Amino acid sequence: MSELIQLAQQSLWHPTGLVEQDISRTLGKIMTPGVDYADLYFQYSRHESWALDEGTVKSGNFGIDQGVGVRAIAGEKTGFAYSDEITGSALLDAATAARSIAMSYKDSSAIAVRDGVDIVPLYQPLDPLDSMQDKEKVELLRQVEQIARNLDPKVKQVMVSLAAVQDTIMVARSDGLLAADIRPLVRMNVSVIVEKNGRREQGSMGGGGRFGMEYFTQQDRAGEYAREAVRQALVNLDARDAPAGEMTVVLGPGWPGILLHEAIGHGLEGDFNRKGTSTFSGRIGETVASSQCTVVDDGTIPDRRGSLTIDDEGEPSQNTVLIENGVLKGYMQDQMNARLMGMQPTGNGRRESYAHLPMPRMTNTYMLPGDYDPNEIIASVDKGLYAVNFGGGQVDITSGKFVFSASEAYLIENGKATHPVKGATLIGNGPEVLTRVSMVGNDLALDSGVGVCGKDGQSVPVGVGQPTMRIDGLTVGGVSVE
Amino acid sequence: MNNHTWHPAPIDSQECTLLEIAELALSRAANKGATGAEVSMGHGQGISVTVRRGQVETVEHNRDKSLGVTVFFEHRSGSADTTDYSATAVGSCVDAACNIARFTEQDEFNGLAEPDLLATEFPELDLYHPWDLDMEQAIELAQRCEQAALEQDKRITNTEGGSISSHHGSDLYANSNGFRGLSRNSRHSTSCSVIAGEGDGMQRDFWFDSCRDRNDLMLPEEVGKETARRTLRRLGARKIRTGDYPVIYEAPVAGSLMSHLVSAINGSSLYRQASFLLDSKGEQIFSRQIRIHEQPLLKKASGSASFDNEGVATKPRDIVSNGVLNEYVLNSYSARKLGLQTTGNAGGVHNLTIDSTINGGLEDLLSQMGTGLLVSELIGFGVNTVTGDYSRGAFGFWVENGKIEYPVQEFTIAGNLRDMFRSIEAVASDVDTRRSTRTGSLLISKLTVAGE
Repeated sequence: MSELIQLAQQSLWHPTGLVEQDISRTLGKIMTPGVDYADLYFQYSRHESWALDEGTVKSGNFGIDQGVGVRAIAGEKTGFAYSDEITGSALLDAATAARSIAMSYKDSSAIAVRDGVDIVPLYQPLDPLDSMQDKEKVELLRQVEQIARNLDPKVKQVMVSLAAVQDTIMVARSDGLLAADIRPLVRMNVSVIVEKNGRREQGSMGGGGRFGMEYFTQQDRAGEYAREAVRQALVNLDARDAPAGEMTVVLGPGWPGILLHEAIGHGLEGDFNRKGTSTFSGRIGETVASSQCTVVDDGTIPDRRGSLTIDDEGEPSQNTVLIENGVLKGYMQDQMNARLMGMQPTGNGRRESYAHLPMPRMTNTYMLPGDYDPNEIIASVDKGLYAVNFGGGQVDITSGKFVFSASEAYLIENGKATHPVKGATLIGNGPEVLTRVSMVGNDLALDSGVGVCGKDGQSVPVGVGQPTMRIDGLTVGGVSVE
Repeated sequence: MNNHTWHPAPIDSQECTLLEIAELALSRAANKGATGAEVSMGHGQGISVTVRRGQVETVEHNRDKSLGVTVFFEHRSGSADTTDYSATAVGSCVDAACNIARFTEQDEFNGLAEPDLLATEFPELDLYHPWDLDMEQAIELAQRCEQAALEQDKRITNTEGGSISSHHGSDLYANSNGFRGLSRNSRHSTSCSVIAGEGDGMQRDFWFDSCRDRNDLMLPEEVGKETARRTLRRLGARKIRTGDYPVIYEAPVAGSLMSHLVSAINGSSLYRQASFLLDSKGEQIFSRQIRIHEQPLLKKASGSASFDNEGVATKPRDIVSNGVLNEYVLNSYSARKLGLQTTGNAGGVHNLTIDSTINGGLEDLLSQMGTGLLVSELIGFGVNTVTGDYSRGAFGFWVENGKIEYPVQEFTIAGNLRDMFRSIEAVASDVDTRRSTRTGSLLISKLTVAGE
């Protein structure tokens, strides 16, 4: 038995004396005639957070969330129940509720479960909550605040937060697979408010990933977040109104990859395409981007926030090519949608917790680098917008219309990034926007590890990335009309 | 010490359990030396069913419970939460909160709400109407809803389904000043989403209804028909030319502007100086005709409560009258920071209502606008509470001479919330009562629209 499964069983089964036979019997109960697939998802999650505000570490929180989700699938039907008690009787109750979807009520024989093939973990099964003494965590927050305040007297407010989660999960499937994962995740965020002549602006920066909290003290990362937050805020103090209308837009590397997440990522999730509700439905093999664009969803990068050794259905994560040289290659799939579409699962079956149903979700979505020097790209634009930092985004997958909001942007005039402009929302059409990509830079960067993706009310950690990119025509939602 | 205990009679065994566990947690905190403690608990259950193309898609059985505890050691605090109600787990949870409090710092404004502000009266708000909805019945209702949408028009080509959900539960807030407040609530909803058109011309929209009492719900067929109407009207959407136009926010999206107001006059934004409405109390921030008030004691309403998340009594109050900002939105911590008194808004506002300024509905508001834009959907998060800068993606309709001419898409609307609030010219009487923020469609005299 793999070490991960042993560790997971200690957290998930041993406290209430649950054994493998209970799992086998429960799976047997769900697999009533008509049920094609079933799984049990056990979760034990410990989380901790600390926050500094107005110079004081005034709050901290610790919590435990645990339970088991039981799912039965019959064709396109899903029955789902969960319990926050991980006991044999709770499992059987949930199984009875979940299988009612099949409208038949005859138990099958017990289903034996076994380990899948050994997978090399992409991160250590460590406990990030214990990776630093509580006193040191508080001290770190204070230090970061001091760095930010000392940078400039215009810094009026500093908020710093530090959070850690250790998520232990185990999946038992009706095909007999038993798989486990222990997922550490840490995140730090610094946001500041600066003031000059009565005008206030904010800036924020953060990072994290699947490691211990010592990550933030290494290579002065925490200090770097503080400096970056202050820099952004100061830039915005001088920002003018953003222009309004369609123009050439150059996106910087890294976090602006949220464009890919919104414009094409969601539209390529298997569920929408099985149902034919996505603007990308039935378009595999079609050209949906310029030939310079190759986009992947890669859950296999070690230690990244969006990475998963296995997804929440026990499937190893993959590097899935979504668009290759402009041509649409594939969708992101979970078990159910892959089966119904006659495709292979891609390790994208994810869920917020045991109390939520899995669905196809992104991991780390990014565009591969091209040939251009980023300076060359900016120099190629006579008049346009250079956007380097963004807040959130959203998409309507049916019409394909997507938005993402810049938090740091500059005008480009005669090939040079000149004046900073205020944040503005950019809006475009998913299947169209990448066809307008005329230059892709050689400077691929991934984001710093802060992404959260929401879908149907479920949040999961994700990553994005891209090189500098020129788009010939995107609508910029400023207030300055020429 | 005042003792304010309230619960509906008779309480059931699960509610008994909540009260017992809360006592256990509070006494554990006291034994650990905490000078104050508070416990928030909730348990609930329900069912959600989605039907797509007439076939069951998902049946979800929900059963949730939670416990959160905050302890105070003088002015240091710590908090912890758990979903496990066993005595051991609750004990560990309190201990974890106490441990956190060893490392947080003294903050003189930390602490429980002032005892004399705690609720002492608990009017019946009629929020609890559990529905014994079984799976077969839920499936049938969802089928009727979706079917009604699908049969409206041949141009409806696809569907995301019809859904029914029903949930009910109890919440308890208890603190070491003797407050015990138990409240019951139920919520039932019907929703539907369909797709019209094909290929690049596909459009999706949805509709839903949500109520405390299932007898007040729109019929499933009505929800289906409204879904179809809203989806069909989007077909043939064009782009719009960049420029400044008057804009009407349709009632279902108008509430978003009220939530931006609440973010800006919220105590935590104010004491952090992270608001474009800093020091605006007493200022004219809307035109004189605008009144915005809280109605926490409305029967059966979505945001009703006789006490807030700190046990503080809620009361009906005017936040904006004659366009002037009268009061902020505070909990006891932010109130102390600002040298003010809590407004009973720990956990949010209660049925925030903007009064209509005209008797007519959307049609009348369209006539009043004449030519401009009607916005029916907003996407994205381009709202900056520090500066008031506003830029969001939108979908809507081009209006000429008070008549909707054609749908428009792929544009943004932008401005500064300070200016936008001042230029709200009229609020129609088509109030959307499904959410905790209640407003009719509203007309803003000018926004910048970026399109082609």
